[in-house]
Amino acid sequence: MPKWFTPAAILCGLMFAVSPLLIANAPYESTMGLVQKIFYFHLPSAMTFLISGVICGIASLRFLFGGDPRHDRTAWAAAELTVLFGLLTLITGPLWARKAWGVWWQWDVRLTSSLMGWMVSVAYLLVRKYGGPGSDKLAAGLALFGMANVPFVYISVNYWRTIHPATSVVPTLPASMGLPLWWCLAAFLLFFTLMLRLRARLEEQRARLDDLYLSLDE
Amino acid sequence: MTLIKRAVACLTLLLLVSGGAVFAQQPAAPEQQGEFLPIDQLPPQDQLPAAPLLITAYAVVFVGFFGYVLSVARRLGTVQREIERLEADIKRTRKA
Repeated sequence: MPKWFTPAAILCGLMFAVSPLLIANAPYESTMGLVQKIFYFHLPSAMTFLISGVICGIASLRFLFGGDPRHDRTAWAAAELTVLFGLLTLITGPLWARKAWGVWWQWDVRLTSSLMGWMVSVAYLLVRKYGGPGSDKLAAGLALFGMANVPFVYISVNYWRTIHPATSVVPTLPASMGLPLWWCLAAFLLFFTLMLRLRARLEEQRARLDDLYLSLDE
Repeated sequence: MTLIKRAVACLTLLLLVSGGAVFAQQPAAPEQQGEFLPIDQLPPQDQLPAAPLLITAYAVVFVGFFGYVLSVARRLGTVQREIERLEADIKRTRKA
């Protein structure tokens, strides 16, 4: 593993340890009250979910046109993390919505497109697991659709009528709410970077294992 | 009175009677429906507590992270052990 991995892992642990204190000290939002504090983990989950989908798509594109297996490994790792962060977004969101909107789920464009993006990532993993020979390129094609969905998810709240808050909310947050949000987002992105490296390492080791089996057969 | 006039009079009477019966069956609108009640002014038994939802959300994230780290570490450990075993086998084969 690279030298930066262990210090970064310690830093990430510390950031997550401090985050509940920052969130607890953040002021209550006037209309939603306590439940709004889900926001400090929901938005970083959602942002990481979208960033992960883009990384998966770019790595897949480079694999499709360059053929370098390192990019394929990165795409696979990013797809797994897209599923993880997407799942966290799709669980924390309804928990917040139940109190704020009175319903667990609403088939509006932001929620539906997020669910679609998550399902594309699940499809990527299923293709990799059960697709057989050639599944790497087929899955890479799927990842491109997943990446194409990301801007649609992001801008959907600004163009369609929806009960989900628009993207203009975050830049207008007061510093007392902005600090815990950006802190949590940094912690989430650091965790994502660490996991991406660790998961790609797993694929590297699997490739090495395959090479060893081949050399044993020879 | 002609037959047509009689028929029209009967039909009008029938409509009036049946219409009256239909309106008579409509329940009176409850008073609450005409008013807006902010959610924080609901009686305590009707309010949804926020704390369990908040705790669940944070717990889900931490459990998800922890589970994923464990899953990757376990898979990496398995592959690492397999590599070490194979490398030892290859060394033994070459010596023999």
